[in-house]
Amino acid sequence: MKLRVIGTVMLLLSVIIASCQSEEQQEFQRYYNGGKIIYEQRCQNCHSAKGEGLSNLIPPLTDAGYLKSNKAALACIVKYGIKETIITVNGKSYEGAMPATDLAPVDIAKVLTYVTNSFGNKMGVITSEQVDKDLLKCK
Amino acid sequence: MKKLTGALFIVLLYTACKFNAADTPKLPIYGNRDTASNVVNGKTVIDSVYQTIPAFKFINQYGDSITNKSLNGYVYVADFFFTTCPSICPIMHRNMLKVYNDYKNVSDFKIISHTIDPKHDSVAVLKKYADKLGISGNSWWLLQGKKEETYQLGEKNYLVAVKEDSGTPGGYVHQGWFVLIDKQKRIRGYYDGTDEKQVDKLRADIKTLLAETNTNIAQ
Repeated sequence: MKLRVIGTVMLLLSVIIASCQSEEQQEFQRYYNGGKIIYEQRCQNCHSAKGEGLSNLIPPLTDAGYLKSNKAALACIVKYGIKETIITVNGKSYEGAMPATDLAPVDIAKVLTYVTNSFGNKMGVITSEQVDKDLLKCK
Repeated sequence: MKKLTGALFIVLLYTACKFNAADTPKLPIYGNRDTASNVVNGKTVIDSVYQTIPAFKFINQYGDSITNKSLNGYVYVADFFFTTCPSICPIMHRNMLKVYNDYKNVSDFKIISHTIDPKHDSVAVLKKYADKLGISGNSWWLLQGKKEETYQLGEKNYLVAVKEDSGTPGGYVHQGWFVLIDKQKRIRGYYDGTDEKQVDKLRADIKTLLAETNTNIAQ
């Protein structure tokens, strides 16, 4: 009987502690963790586990300035890729193609949340709704 | 007396084995092997004949003609890639860069990367790739030639001991192997170029192979 009471109290306590993590925090974790898996499967070969890219061939994902100023275009880049355009990251220019993907908007949101909050970046969550909006404006 | 002879025999056998062990190269020798009997000082000796990389002719990123003779006297690592490959090649060459940076100033070491897409990877494309990768000089050659010859060399000569993986397009030429070749053009190691740990082993094995002395006797 006593054990049962203690057990119930413990359960209640753990629920309370878990819910202390704000809803935004939980949403962020959901996106970020899912994004990590997608990154490893779809992006890491070229951009590397540390986001460092490859010499002057493949741009790094460590340039917070580039990611911030192009935040609204990131979803389009992931979805449609880049075709032989010169882009400037960290003061270096890169040319060449990045392949398009068939990721759903929610998965694009996840992988972008992972990238923009890894490798020294800290831009917060990029939601599926935001990606939907951004994709409408792709050039 | 008989016992003594037996003991002597055992001691002799032991030292013979020990002598052999000290003489054996530290890295294995891969590939098919054959035996040949040679006459040395009037006695017939049976020697192992190891598979070696045969003659080839390609063009490097500077437009120079490169043959098997260009690699005489070098320990080298060979791989197969193409510049527009979006899958494993970036990892391979991110890892190969480490090998390059370790040994680029070692005079008897080279890296050769064969393109398996010579139609796209012209000399100019290879030179641009080399520049962007950040490699210069002659310690890492990117080689271009006829596609069939590259595949033939890859599958029949470099990757002979690699078991074919099921269902991979392009066969095992396109599986990211780094192959270590010694100065006698024998295959001394296979490493998965996409696996950082195996590449670290390669970096250590190159040092071992470069330090291997009396390689002619070992052969």
